[in-house]
Amino acid sequence: MTAHMPIRSADRLPKIIARALLGASLLVAMAAPAAATKIERVRSPGGIEVWLVQETTVPLIAMDFAFRGGAGQDPADKAGLASFVAGMIDEGAGDLDSKTFHERLESKAIELSFTANRDHFTGSLRTLTENKDAAFEMMRLALNAPRLDAADLERIRSETLGILRRESTNPDNMASLRWWETAFAGHPYGRPVRGTLDSVSTITAQDMRAYMKGVFARDTLKVGIVGNIDGATAGALVDKVFGALPAKATLRKVAPADPQGLGRVIAIDFDVQQSVVMMGGVGIPRKDPDFMAAFLVNHILGGGAFSSRLYREVREVRGLAYSIYSTLVPLDSAALFMTATATRGESAKQTLDVVAKEIRRLAESGPTEEELAKAKSYQKGSFALRFDTSTKIAAQLVQIQIDDLGIDYIDKRNDLVEAVTLADVQRVAKRLLDGGMLVTMVGRPQPAPAKGG
Amino acid sequence: MVFFFLVLALAAAAPASAQRLGAESFTLDNGMQVVVAPNHRVPAVMQMVWYKIGGADDPLGKSGIAHFLEHLMFKGTAKNPMGKFSQAVAAVGGQENAFTSQDYTGYFQRVARGNLKEMMEFEADRMTGLVLSDDNVRPELKVVLEEWNMRVGNSPDARLGEQVAASLYLNHPYGRPVIGWRHEIETLDREDALAFYRRFYTPNNAVVVIAGDVTADEVKALAEKTFAKVPRVADTAPRLRAQEPPPAAPRTVMLADPRVAQPSLQRSYLVPSYATSKKDAEALEVLSHILGSGSTSRLYRALVVDQRVATNTGAYYQGSSLDASRFGVYAIPQPGVTFKTAETALDEVIADIVKSGVTAEELERAKTRMIADAVYAQDNQAALARWYGVALTTGSTVEDVLAWPDRIRAVTADAVRDAARTWLDRRRSVTGYLVKELPEEKRS
Repeated sequence: MTAHMPIRSADRLPKIIARALLGASLLVAMAAPAAATKIERVRSPGGIEVWLVQETTVPLIAMDFAFRGGAGQDPADKAGLASFVAGMIDEGAGDLDSKTFHERLESKAIELSFTANRDHFTGSLRTLTENKDAAFEMMRLALNAPRLDAADLERIRSETLGILRRESTNPDNMASLRWWETAFAGHPYGRPVRGTLDSVSTITAQDMRAYMKGVFARDTLKVGIVGNIDGATAGALVDKVFGALPAKATLRKVAPADPQGLGRVIAIDFDVQQSVVMMGGVGIPRKDPDFMAAFLVNHILGGGAFSSRLYREVREVRGLAYSIYSTLVPLDSAALFMTATATRGESAKQTLDVVAKEIRRLAESGPTEEELAKAKSYQKGSFALRFDTSTKIAAQLVQIQIDDLGIDYIDKRNDLVEAVTLADVQRVAKRLLDGGMLVTMVGRPQPAPAKGG
Repeated sequence: MVFFFLVLALAAAAPASAQRLGAESFTLDNGMQVVVAPNHRVPAVMQMVWYKIGGADDPLGKSGIAHFLEHLMFKGTAKNPMGKFSQAVAAVGGQENAFTSQDYTGYFQRVARGNLKEMMEFEADRMTGLVLSDDNVRPELKVVLEEWNMRVGNSPDARLGEQVAASLYLNHPYGRPVIGWRHEIETLDREDALAFYRRFYTPNNAVVVIAGDVTADEVKALAEKTFAKVPRVADTAPRLRAQEPPPAAPRTVMLADPRVAQPSLQRSYLVPSYATSKKDAEALEVLSHILGSGSTSRLYRALVVDQRVATNTGAYYQGSSLDASRFGVYAIPQPGVTFKTAETALDEVIADIVKSGVTAEELERAKTRMIADAVYAQDNQAALARWYGVALTTGSTVEDVLAWPDRIRAVTADAVRDAARTWLDRRRSVTGYLVKELPEEKRS
């Protein structure tokens, strides 16, 4: 999490309105080869494995890494801890106080960022090649010697609380929080990744040190580097950054879980013009042999481009929504299938019906031969675009390692797409879409009574 | 969890690509400009077709028509009926979308280099060949109203932003939202869209930017076979909008909404753009960085770190616009801190820069950070295409883009101070407050 993002709102950004963006399957690692993407497996002198793509056309270096153990490691009463750590470790480290630390980054245009999601703590670095030594040193400091000074901690806490207050009445956020807390009641996934006003208020520097001690370790570390840099240099740099971390992580076990409450519709009354609808059910794990077929089924239903069934039926034909998408969410301890949209109050019921009907229709009859062919064609063609910037490549290098797909995955991936048969997608459509969904809806599904006078 | 796409042609005629990159520009016989930015980072291309037309050009009473038409451009032509273009993009795994701002409307496809010609053919076809029927226009109007619900209706923050802009621009159409005022959007129809289309969608009012794994010669040959064949269907006129009078009075607006759980304040100043005064724009760009970009900025140090009156604060400058633009500052007060306290602190920071200027270190750091973006741009063909497109549709040239790093390097501390002194004058500003309820209501 970048701690100082200016708040985002339309009035502060250039007045540009885009047509649409359909659900990219953000959590799914669909690797893809640019013809030129050649991955080397480098083992550093200290024994850390790095996946490296040497790229000479751009004078910058990008590194991504991940430790296992994100918000799922937050203690029950300390939700938001991992996110808080992500917001704090670039707030001063070693001898550098927060101000000096940030000035040093800025004066060399070095970008560091940290995020905690449910399963991982991730970091990114981007630097001009000429500043690489300084950049990796800053990353080393942030991971090994964050100061967590009291004043900075209170400052980041108050900023986080401000964001949480602001989001507490955002209907998208409300629908999402209620979905997760219902589907995963009593499970770490049920807790908000960024915490609550109460939990964030209680988090201490000691909590943070305990989190880092358990999570920042070499055995779960995955690293990807892209840039004009050779294997020996990359190895030396990662040893510098990660070499002094503990060999083994100490993680709480996050039990495998299925989402609860399938079939329920939870309506949250809130006075907004547009109702936000979020639906989710059981998905397909990343390691499941049916995953690729499920990925194609999702593409056909609501996954991509301006051609999915949901896009057509909900948006194009009926004009019920601006945004409608579905996605697979394969987490470490749960596999989910989710869809979300937003529509004016009086058409909420109709929209839900249309979505449910399309899901049922696809579950029962499956995709057509033509739809499958188009989905494959899209997926095979789009792969290169997932590798079109250094930052994106570095992220893919880490995701492929997290998903344990093998260093040759990029070369195999399109064959895996091609190998999916019509029988596969028909069977998997039923498996994926027939299980029922938990629905959360925020808004005024009925038209508000006309106001007098 | 709604993933929508905001094209951030962020702050500026923006970080340009470094000199080593370069771009070539030429004009076809029908008046269409073609810009090629070769970048061999990956074997792909970004095609962006930009029309010099946007929300500020909406006829009176028809606000939102430029944006509505952008949606309708996906409804097909006689040659390529609805869906065919998008299916062709999907068939090759490409990405596509479109966007509308006050000054421009753009359409893009990101595809492997081998698919470029096909994409050029499709864009050339829909430049003048659009066919609309009530059957597809009417549902799309509902989609746009849902977009309004999402972006504006459901967002008190966005509604305050609309009020601030409308109050800032006393005469210029920038005071109207790009998406339109809802009561006017509701009345838009097929005839409005076609009238607007026929008047403004013509090759002599368009620029195509192609960034990626191509050469200028290749693109030239392809453009001759595609865009060059599109007839010029309308004349273009100088883009003269009603201009602002000299601002005379500070204005304030307060928007109350029961959903506001976190009060905030924002202020916009009416300032020059790159198109109206390049020198001022460059200084304002550096000023916005020093004043309000990130945690080393003046505002953040003063309001968040030292005085602890705000949980966040910052500044921004929108330099790329055809007419007078906006410089913005904002602050999220700490709980229990009044707007007055936060605003006083904010004003003191500005007053200090006006009085004492900025330090050499601040200036150097800001420039380094800004100019590095030009190098980072070499990694991203989409960003490259966007920068050229924004510049060329808001009064700048390819040369301006290429010279940008050097010109930023030349900005002096005095110029930054003078920009603050001249332009960050309260009389040029509107301050907006976002609250849960109006103070009057409390009394009643």
